[in-house]
Amino acid sequence: MRWLLLKDLQILKRSPLQLTLLILYPIVIALLVGFAMTREQDQTKVALYNAMPAGEPLGFGGEEVDGNEIRDQLCGRVDCIEADSTADARKMVENGEATAAVIVPEDLGDKIRSLASLSPESPEIQIIVNGSDAVENQVTDDRIEAMLGEANLLLAKRLSEGAKQYLDLILKGGEFDLLGQQIEVLGLQKSEQILKKIEPKLPPGTDKEQLQRAVRFAHLATDNLDLAGPLLTAITEPIKADKVEVGDEAPSLDTFAIGVTVAFALMFVTVLLVAGSLALEKEENAFTRLTAGLVGRGQILVAKVGLGTVVGTGVALILLVGLGLFVGIGWGRAPLWLLALIFGAAAFSAGGAALGAAAREVRAATLAAVMVCLPVALLSLVPDDAVGPAIETAINLVSAVFPFRPTLDAITGGLEISGPSLWLPLLHLLLLTATYGALARLALRRF
Amino acid sequence: MPPQVTGSNPALAARGVSKSFDGRKALSGVDFEVGPGEVVALIGPNGAGKTTLLSILAGIAEPDSGEVTGDGVAWVPQQAALYRRLSVRENLLLFAHLQHDAGQTAENPEQMVTRMLELTGLADRAGDRVGTLSGGNQQRVNIAIGLMADPSVLLLDEPSVGLDPAQRERLWGFVLGLVGEGTAVAFSTHDIQEAERYAERIVVVAEGEGIFSGTADELRQAVEAGAAGGGPAAAGDLETSFLAFLRERGH
Ligand SMILES: Nc1ncnc2c1ncn2[C@@H]1O[C@H](COP(=O)(O)OP(=O)(O)OP(=O)(O)O)[C@@H](O)[C@H]1O
Ligand SMILES: [Mg+2]
Repeated sequence: MRWLLLKDLQILKRSPLQLTLLILYPIVIALLVGFAMTREQDQTKVALYNAMPAGEPLGFGGEEVDGNEIRDQLCGRVDCIEADSTADARKMVENGEATAAVIVPEDLGDKIRSLASLSPESPEIQIIVNGSDAVENQVTDDRIEAMLGEANLLLAKRLSEGAKQYLDLILKGGEFDLLGQQIEVLGLQKSEQILKKIEPKLPPGTDKEQLQRAVRFAHLATDNLDLAGPLLTAITEPIKADKVEVGDEAPSLDTFAIGVTVAFALMFVTVLLVAGSLALEKEENAFTRLTAGLVGRGQILVAKVGLGTVVGTGVALILLVGLGLFVGIGWGRAPLWLLALIFGAAAFSAGGAALGAAAREVRAATLAAVMVCLPVALLSLVPDDAVGPAIETAINLVSAVFPFRPTLDAITGGLEISGPSLWLPLLHLLLLTATYGALARLALRRF
Repeated sequence: MPPQVTGSNPALAARGVSKSFDGRKALSGVDFEVGPGEVVALIGPNGAGKTTLLSILAGIAEPDSGEVTGDGVAWVPQQAALYRRLSVRENLLLFAHLQHDAGQTAENPEQMVTRMLELTGLADRAGDRVGTLSGGNQQRVNIAIGLMADPSVLLLDEPSVGLDPAQRERLWGFVLGLVGEGTAVAFSTHDIQEAERYAERIVVVAEGEGIFSGTADELRQAVEAGAAGGGPAAAGDLETSFLAFLRERGH
């Protein structure tokens, strides 16, 4: 088997075009991606004019939202430029200094406060965009929508907390601060208890019946309002919980970009090489001679997977070293991401072997490899929450059945502590290697 | 049918071998034997099933039914099975190593390569890529690999195709040398003269069936016997006899 592997490496060495591609490809990709990643981020610039009195707390029910807090929420995702007036902000958009302007009106605080009152008014923010650029407009719309979404979430959470306090006050009673005056609120629960206590002491008659009705009302109200609290929390909580989970597991954007680049290169090099090399055995008629008592089909398969693993890992290493010139690579975590590279290369090799064994011709194998790899990789990169359930199922299936997604997860997990766990993708890759190996072995019976 | 000229213990035997490809019969119930040290020629029209029979004898293809007995079989495929991007020496060395590791020969691989380069007369082209060699020279390398393991039975599928007369002579000189040491040989050919010259026995296959087995003289006699009223019986020309024989049997 050693001889088979050496022979394939020798053949590779004899193919100047292939060899040049194998070495140049990762270097060129590393340069391109490296430059792209280190180029100054061109963040969307938004002019912000805040007419609201500074430092004015927007309190409701004890919960307070600082105006600055909302501003921070708005400006967390985009580059905010301070404007002095509405006219100033508008000019910035017109001359292209900013792609959009956000005007926070003077009365925003009042309107937000009114949300917790009996006559709520909806708070409004004015947005100015330059209408001359359709594409940029779309992008800006999305960004601003995201900004407002975050700000709204913050408000909704605070509002529900405030409302919950009011509810508790009505239910259980307590002290309430109104314009500097302490007001004692009895609370429905206590009212019910007091009324119940008085009831037996009253003489029978119409008055007693009235009292019993009041007791029943207090009881019913207590029961029903009890439900309102959890309900209010439920309205805001699920969104928040979801966001936290995703935010915690996702690797940094840099690591993700490195992972995608390396996984892409690893996939193309390995699948194409192994599929082509196995088909070449058939095309050069050597397969029959090899299997005529010299080596088993399984051994040929293992040698091919070995070839793909060695060359694929090598190419990925060159790529990582190249990228390391531009962005930080965790060299201390090398054993981990090296493991990811090797397992990924092995899984891609087994897949390539299955393709090559099924195609039996170098041309057909190469074409099949490209036609399978490209859509699989692109599908695996579509975020789950960006599509409908049917496509999401398809994407999950593709991610589970093809080695791209687990390889990407393993590489990012290997590169960064905050990335996804490394071991599950490695197990996944091992399983895929075994499955594709078995499929390739089956196809080799009719090779 | 003429008696089979075989010893009691054939070096390689196939009994009732059948094989179909996608429902089309390539072989139907063929019996074939090679005695120890015997040289057998396999002749028949294109698509008759010669290659199919030889590859089943070599153990490369599985028959649908029937059985094959014998071991120590080496096989030289009809189409060169070589790595075109590797040099002559590298091809030889690779297969020498593989045969050595598979226990087919005890000879040192490097030594074996030197011996084979000498045998094929390609020593001066040892460093050339096989893909740049002429078809005949590729065939020489192809055959050399089959000869490496000192087999007890050597199966050659149209070995002399593309070889010049001198090289053909050289090939047979070597093969007959092996025969002298006890190696049995079965080879397919479209060259009737080659069959008559080197084989002790000729087997005719047509449309997947074995229709004759005997010496060249017996083949001539069979044609004369079959030609009713003693028609234009072929006198000395075996090729004419062979064609007449096939025609008689509707092939
Ligand atoms: N791998 C295969 N798939 C399908 N059919 C095949 C295959 N190999 C052989 N055949 C068919 O089996 C029959 C016998 O072929 P075979 O190659 O044994 O003939 P042959 O006697 O060696 O012919 P030739 O003298 O041209 O070499 C032919 O009809 C051929 O088409
Ligand atoms: Mg043939």
